[in-house]
Amino acid sequence: MQHIRAHVLICGGTGCKSAGSKEVQLAFSRAIEAKGLSDEVMVVETGCHGFCEHGPLVIVYPEGTFYCQVKAEDVEEIVESHLFKGRIVERLLYHEPLTHESIPNYSEINFYKKQHRLVLENCGAINPEQIEEYIAVGGYEALAKAVTTMSPEDVIEEIKKSGLRGRGGGGFPTGMKWQFAKASVSDKKYVICNADEGDPGAFMDRSVLEGDPHKILEGMAVCGYAIGADEGYIYVRAEYPLAIKRLRIAIEQAEAMGLLGENIFGSGFSFKLHIKEGAGAFVCGEETALMASIEGKRGMPRPRPPFPAVAGLWGKPTNINNVETFGNVAAIITNGADWYAGFGTEKSKGTKVFALTGKINNTGLAEVPMGITMREIIYDIGGGINGGKKFKAVQIGGPSGGCLPESMLDLSIDYDSLTAAGAMMGSGGLVVMDEDTCMVDVAKFFLNFTQSESCGKCTPCREGTKRMLEVLTRITEGQGREGDIELLEELARNIKETALCGLGQTAPNPVLSTLKYFRHEYEAHIKEKRCPAGACEKLANYEITDACKGCGLCARQCPVNAISGEVKKKHVIDVTKCIKCGACMAACPFKAITKG
Amino acid sequence: MKTLEDLKALREKLKADMKVRQNDGTKIIIGMGTCGIAAGAREVMSAVLNELAVRKLNDVQVQQTGCIGMCEKEVLVDIVRPGEPRITYGKVKPEDVKKIIAEHVVNGRIVEEMVVGKIMQD
Repeated sequence: MQHIRAHVLICGGTGCKSAGSKEVQLAFSRAIEAKGLSDEVMVVETGCHGFCEHGPLVIVYPEGTFYCQVKAEDVEEIVESHLFKGRIVERLLYHEPLTHESIPNYSEINFYKKQHRLVLENCGAINPEQIEEYIAVGGYEALAKAVTTMSPEDVIEEIKKSGLRGRGGGGFPTGMKWQFAKASVSDKKYVICNADEGDPGAFMDRSVLEGDPHKILEGMAVCGYAIGADEGYIYVRAEYPLAIKRLRIAIEQAEAMGLLGENIFGSGFSFKLHIKEGAGAFVCGEETALMASIEGKRGMPRPRPPFPAVAGLWGKPTNINNVETFGNVAAIITNGADWYAGFGTEKSKGTKVFALTGKINNTGLAEVPMGITMREIIYDIGGGINGGKKFKAVQIGGPSGGCLPESMLDLSIDYDSLTAAGAMMGSGGLVVMDEDTCMVDVAKFFLNFTQSESCGKCTPCREGTKRMLEVLTRITEGQGREGDIELLEELARNIKETALCGLGQTAPNPVLSTLKYFRHEYEAHIKEKRCPAGACEKLANYEITDACKGCGLCARQCPVNAISGEVKKKHVIDVTKCIKCGACMAACPFKAITKG
Repeated sequence: MKTLEDLKALREKLKADMKVRQNDGTKIIIGMGTCGIAAGAREVMSAVLNELAVRKLNDVQVQQTGCIGMCEKEVLVDIVRPGEPRITYGKVKPEDVKKIIAEHVVNGRIVEEMVVGKIMQD
C-alpha cells in the first residue's frame, strides 16, 4: 500500500468529453501505470469546471496546477515531467490573452476571479459518481441538520429569510412557494425538480446535475421534509444522458447509505426519488405541462389556478423548483439565511449561474453574485468579443427574454432591473452578439424556436407566433411592407395578453426588445431593403470593386452565370440574376468582391 | 447512518482522503532535479509514501521540487509543518525516512544531525 500523493482531476463534463477528455483520461491511466505511479497517483473524473472554451481541463493536485486544452499526446509529458519530477508543463498552462502571462493556478485566472461559486462550488472539484467525496466536503449535513434539529416551519422560515428566488426564470420567492405547498392538506404530496432545460444556449442545469448531483438530491429532500412530501421526481430531458446516469448513481448511493429512503436520520421522515426522462419538448419546462408529461399524458399546459401547490401531480399538492434553485438550498440550511442574504442585491439575493455563449472569447459557465454588471460578465469573465469585433447586443433569458444593447451594459443584473429593461433573468443563458449579427434575424431565430415548440393548445400562441414569424421572414427577405412593424407590435401585445402559459406569454419578447433597441434595423430592412449588419443573405448586394484583376474565377464559380467581363478587365455582377449565394466572394483571390 | 454525529464522523474520515486537494497541513518536499534523481530521490519518495501509508498519515502532502543548487547534498527532503520553519534535510537515504517522519512529521522534533538548512516562512 502506498500513500496517494497526487490527484489528477480530469473534467468529465459534456463539453470536455466532446473535446476528448475520455481519451485523455485513458492516456493518463496508461502513462501512470507505465511509469509505475499507479499506487501513488489517483485519477479522478469530475464534473464541469465551466471553462469549457479551454477544455479538456486537467487539474493536478497537490499543486493545483491548471492545464488547458490537454490532448492525449500531451499526457506522457505531464506524467513524466509533472507527476514524476514535479516540473510544471509550462506550455499547457492557461495564458492570459492580453499579457501572454502563463497562470498555473486557476483561482488566478480572470475567468474565475470575479466568480462566486455557491451552486457550482463542487463542480469540477469532486468526483460526482462518489458520494464519499460529496460527504467529505460537507454534503448531506444540511439534510441532517434540517430533519434532526429543525421543524418544517423552521426550514421554510430560513428559506424565506434567505431571499432565495426561483432560478428557472420567473423569480418567484422559493420560501413562499414551499409555504403554499405545506399549507395544502393532503395524504400525499410531491416535490419535483424541473431539469427540462430547453433554452438555446443554456447548460447550467446540466452542468450542476453532471458535476454535483447529490447537491440537488439533498435540496429536494430538504424541501420534501419542509412541505411534508415523501416522494419526488426529477424531470430531466433524455438529451442529457450523462446527467441521467450520474443522477441514477447518486440516488442509488444515497439510498444505500440511508440518506434517502425510509426514516432518514431516524427522524421518521422518508423520501423516495424517481427520475422521469422527458422527450425534449420545450413546453414541458412549463410546470403544468411537465406534470402532465410525468403522468404519461401529452405535455400541454393547463390554466392556473389551481396552482401545483394546491393540485399538482396526480391532483396532489406539489412543489416544483428548478435545478439551480435546489442547488442553493443546502448552503442556506448549513450556513444560515443571513449568510446567504449577504450576497446579491436588496431584492435579488445570492448568486446566479450564467451560460456564456455566442461571439465571446470564454464560452462557459460563470456563477456571479446578483448585482454584477453585464459588462463585468462579458468583458472581465467572458474575455470580451472574439476576433476583436465590436459588441452589439446580448440576448438574455432565452426565447422568453430579450436583447440588450451596448447602452445597457452597465445595468446591474437582478430580476427586477432585467424585467424593467425588457429582458428577463430566465434560466441565465447569455448569447453575446457582435456587429455582424442582424437583430431582425435574431428575433426571427427565437420566434422560429418558440413557434416550432408551441404545443398548439391555445390559439394566440399557435397562430399568433406563426403570423409573427411570417412577417419577420418577409422582412429579412426584402419583402417587408409599410406597417409591418406596427403589425408585429399589435400581434405581440395580443399574444402576451391572451396566451395560456408562460411560453406563449413571453414568446414575443425577443421581437419587442429588438424593436425597442434596434428599431432602425427593422426600418432599414423594410424601407431601404438593406441589412445593416450584412447578415440577411436575400438583402445582400455583391459588388466587384476596382481591385478586380479580371481573372474570371468568380464567373466560373457563379452557378447562375450572373458575372460577366473580359479577361484582365473588371467584371460586373448582374444583380437581377444574382442569387446571393456568396460563391464568387469565396472564390476571389484578390478580395475584390464586397457584400453590403 | 442515524444521526448528524454519524455523518460528521464519516466526513472527518473521508476528508483526509481529499486533503491532497487543499493547500494546508504538513508538507514533505522532495528534490527531484536531475541531481536529486541521480542521488536516489525516487527511492526516497517511495520510502516516504510507504511510511505515510503504514502510519496512515493520509493528510500529509508530498510534493516535489527542482534543483536548488545544493546538488552535493542531494537527496534533499524538506519538511514544512504549518506555522513552523521549513527544514531541509540533506543526503537523505530511504532508510532515514522512517526516523524523519516519526520524529519531525509526527512529533515535531527536528532531526538536527541531518539538517542542512532552515528557511523561516512568513
